[in-house]
Amino acid sequence: MGQKDSDFQKIKKLIKIMTDNELVEVEIKHGDDKILLKRAQPQQTVAALPIVGQNTSSLSAGTVPVQSAPSAEQPAEQKDDGLVEIKSLMIGTYYAKPSPDSEPYVEVGSNVDPQTVVCVIEAMKVMNEIKAETSGTIAEICVTNGQAVEYGQVLFKVKPD
Amino acid sequence: MFSRVLIANRGEIALRIIRACRELGIESVAVYSEADKDASYLEFADEAVCIGPADPAKSYLDIPSIISAAEIADAEAIHPGYGFLAENINFARICQECGIVFIGPPVEAMKLLGDKIQARKLAQKANVPVLPGSEGTISNEAESLKLANKIGYPVMIKAAAGGGGRGMRVVHNDISFRSAFGAACAEAEAAFGDPRVYLEKFIVQPRHVEVQVMADSRGNALHFYERDCSIQRRHQKMIEESPCPVLNERAREELCNSALRLIKKAKYVNAATIEFLLDRDKNFYFIEANTRIQVEHPVTEMVTGHDLIKWQLKIANGQPLEISQRNIKHTGAAIECRINAEDPQNNFAPSPGTITRYIPPGGPGIRIDTHVHQGYTVPSNYDSMIAKLIVYQKTRAEAITTLKRALAEFVIEPIKTTIPACMDIVSHNSFAKSNIDTSFVERNF
Repeated sequence: MGQKDSDFQKIKKLIKIMTDNELVEVEIKHGDDKILLKRAQPQQTVAALPIVGQNTSSLSAGTVPVQSAPSAEQPAEQKDDGLVEIKSLMIGTYYAKPSPDSEPYVEVGSNVDPQTVVCVIEAMKVMNEIKAETSGTIAEICVTNGQAVEYGQVLFKVKPD
Repeated sequence: MFSRVLIANRGEIALRIIRACRELGIESVAVYSEADKDASYLEFADEAVCIGPADPAKSYLDIPSIISAAEIADAEAIHPGYGFLAENINFARICQECGIVFIGPPVEAMKLLGDKIQARKLAQKANVPVLPGSEGTISNEAESLKLANKIGYPVMIKAAAGGGGRGMRVVHNDISFRSAFGAACAEAEAAFGDPRVYLEKFIVQPRHVEVQVMADSRGNALHFYERDCSIQRRHQKMIEESPCPVLNERAREELCNSALRLIKKAKYVNAATIEFLLDRDKNFYFIEANTRIQVEHPVTEMVTGHDLIKWQLKIANGQPLEISQRNIKHTGAAIECRINAEDPQNNFAPSPGTITRYIPPGGPGIRIDTHVHQGYTVPSNYDSMIAKLIVYQKTRAEAITTLKRALAEFVIEPIKTTIPACMDIVSHNSFAKSNIDTSFVERNF
């Protein structure tokens, strides 16, 4: 079953939820993906759910979505526990703070958005700032200051907004 | 001896180096890209670290990642294998600057011999015969045309920064020279970042004969005899053997000694291969120097009984070559077939995928250098060579018999491999008589 089918099923479920609960508008964002569903009634409620969407698409109530979503890749970080993983994109040494005396970039509970610098990874004397690339709250820090990390190693787990 | 060495490579050569380290009591650190994460040879290393995604530019060729891996894994030295960063001057220099031993030549020697024009000039100074050609780079088309005529067609326009069969064009007359010249410079710039080209006489149907040399940091240099690598397709070697079947002892000595003169002149350290062309009259001409260990090194190991990778590690560790030239003997005959994941029936198109049935040959006289096994998935991102089948017997005729038996036993399925192509070549009458040259494969298959 392809991504299109699973998106379609999710949209169908959403429409049912909207109808059952008399919701007029539902917008779901996940990272850069967004979906917006509107029914033609005056009342409005906005709900946000973590779902893999595709490009922004607006659908009228009752219509079966015929727009074919181009096949999307599951963001690699999405895990069953709902937490998003921030992985290292290089091999090097992980530093939690910009300098020994400063505060760490983030802590458990810190809010992050895609541009938030979460840590630095040093490789060959170059300090590379690593951005969250996701929105949410730091749920877990999986590495310790000064630890050697590989490419692909999980650094943080983020509870999405 | 080093306590830890990082291997900046993958596949069979990474495993080869891991094995040599193991026997020398050196801890090995293997690096891998995501495409190689399930490779079982990684388990033989003492440590394995992921350095990047499948794209070689972002992993095996990514200098900061390799250096970073060496730093975090505490490796004192890096063995670059062959290909990838093995002849990258920048990489060798950065290792030096970071206090990591580069297992290979010093930067200066690599620069000197790596530049084809400089290497050619050095060869002339060392009284090593070179092909008639230009004195350095050619830039003026009119002058070059005159020179081409003086040398006599056919000539070859070669990139100074090229090598390994790349960046070369054969030209047969004035008309084609004009169009080839501009194109060759443009290609050289695009492929190697260096537009310099030079001219050399093109030998029709030569044999490719190369000498294995090794030098230590005290100026001692030794040769380990020659290899005949004339079985090539599109400048890629398919089958290599030692000794060269058509050299007599005197010619062998002259050839090998000239290789030694060259590396001494270059103040070279560690392993190198000096390549020559042999014309129909058995005159030899220097063409290029490879400042690294080569794919076909096992052939030399079989006939001399020396472990060349161990020598590389020892030399890099500062140990001297404590053997004398007269104690290096060659006995018997060895032949290597490169087995590639390619379809010979389909123009040698790459044939990656999972090997569900793998049965290697065995018995007397057989050596297999490979990282693949049953269940291994050959990735599509890298070189297609998956195994080297090396046979060794007392005579060349016996080696060919064993080779045919080995190729017949060798099962790699369902991906396509060059095993049938190798069988066709070694079964050919001309191969048995060694009546071959570098055009043999393309003419007959």
